[in-house]
Amino acid sequence: MEEDQELDRKISGLKTSMAEGERKTALEMVQAAETDRHCVKFVLHKEDHILGNSLRYMIMKNLEVEFCGYTMTHPSESKINLRIQTRGALPAVEPFQRGLNELMNVCQHVLDKLRIKKQAEMLESTSSKCLLMLIY
Amino acid sequence: MAAAQAVEEMRSRVVLGEFGVRNVHTTDFPGNYSGYDDAWDQERFEKNFRVDVVHMDENSLEFDMVGIDAAIANAFRRILLAEVPTMAVEKVLVYNNTSIVQDEILAHRLGLIPIHADPRLFEYRNQGDEEGTEIDTLQFRLQVRCTRNPHAAKDSSDPNELYMNHKVYTRHMTWIPLGNQADLFPEGTIRPVHDDILIAQLRPGQEIDLLMHCVKGIGKKVARVANPRLDTFSREIFRNEKLKKAVRLARVRDHYIFSVESTGVLPPDVLVSEAIKVLMGKCRRFLDELDAVQMD
Repeated sequence: MEEDQELDRKISGLKTSMAEGERKTALEMVQAAETDRHCVKFVLHKEDHILGNSLRYMIMKNLEVEFCGYTMTHPSESKINLRIQTRGALPAVEPFQRGLNELMNVCQHVLDKLRIKKQAEMLESTSSKCLLMLIY
Repeated sequence: MAAAQAVEEMRSRVVLGEFGVRNVHTTDFPGNYSGYDDAWDQERFEKNFRVDVVHMDENSLEFDMVGIDAAIANAFRRILLAEVPTMAVEKVLVYNNTSIVQDEILAHRLGLIPIHADPRLFEYRNQGDEEGTEIDTLQFRLQVRCTRNPHAAKDSSDPNELYMNHKVYTRHMTWIPLGNQADLFPEGTIRPVHDDILIAQLRPGQEIDLLMHCVKGIGKKVARVANPRLDTFSREIFRNEKLKKAVRLARVRDHYIFSVESTGVLPPDVLVSEAIKVLMGKCRRFLDELDAVQMD
């Protein structure tokens, strides 16, 4: 009960900061009444399918997640609704955070692989140039 | 045995039938297939993932990504097309335009010209900032007047002979350094990528005189940058009746061929790296938001 009140306070805290006129929040959490925190809808502002689909894939790969889906509310509004429902009593924020972290790790790994490839290519081209110079 | 093979195919191949495509969507999520452990495993991903560069030169790059899912590969593609920052003309101050091209059309054309300036060295302009400072703006001047050529032959009808300066190219744009930009960027490095793009045509007596402000932005506002293409398979085999039964066309689901062509501002491999960093930046933004909320 206390925790629910805390969450309500956080949500209202987010809403008041928005009402003050400055659009600082990029993330809202909306929770259906009477459910535990395992079923939450996140509203992500200024986002679209780029993050929506890739994040949904990473979250779905989590064993604890029962349901995960995202929609764009309207194509002219740039925000997405991402809904996560977990199996047991795990709060939905956790798979959300874990999905973001895992997506970052994937990107980092792809970046590293690309860098290695580029260095290998450059090394190959310079070594072949050296070889040519030696011959001549 | 056959059932196991069929399951494998359903999990890992997109089948191209005669009239349609099957098994398009990713289904290997935990719980869908009994006996398979489909939960996310970073180590397994890293072991299976590889990048093969097929072809690379200064403006185009073709590479394969194997072992990655459609959702993430598509995210990279969409970012490459629309969200990698570039420098482009955003504001045009027209002092004089007596040409036949309307102001707004001219401004639109100028906005599409790729500018050779590394966007990573510039900041985004603050909203509401009209003037622009040296860290976020580049200024270009375009001043061309068309005149009649006094030495042309009497009965010539070739515009190249009759008129002088009747075609306005990007090479007529001159860079005006702001603040300390002249020290930071050597002469000749800040220019349009191509100097032979035709901006407008003039006739004697017409003049174009304008000032352009070039800022950092992402393609969501103005469409530009690279063109990744996806490879298509030939399905001609289905025309032949006999061979139809004997052939089964299927594509490996997690093998993606990327073909990136750059406008010339940044080399294509840098574009791909920047695109991946943009996705990481998005994730980080929401992680920070979550931390901020949880701290209260």
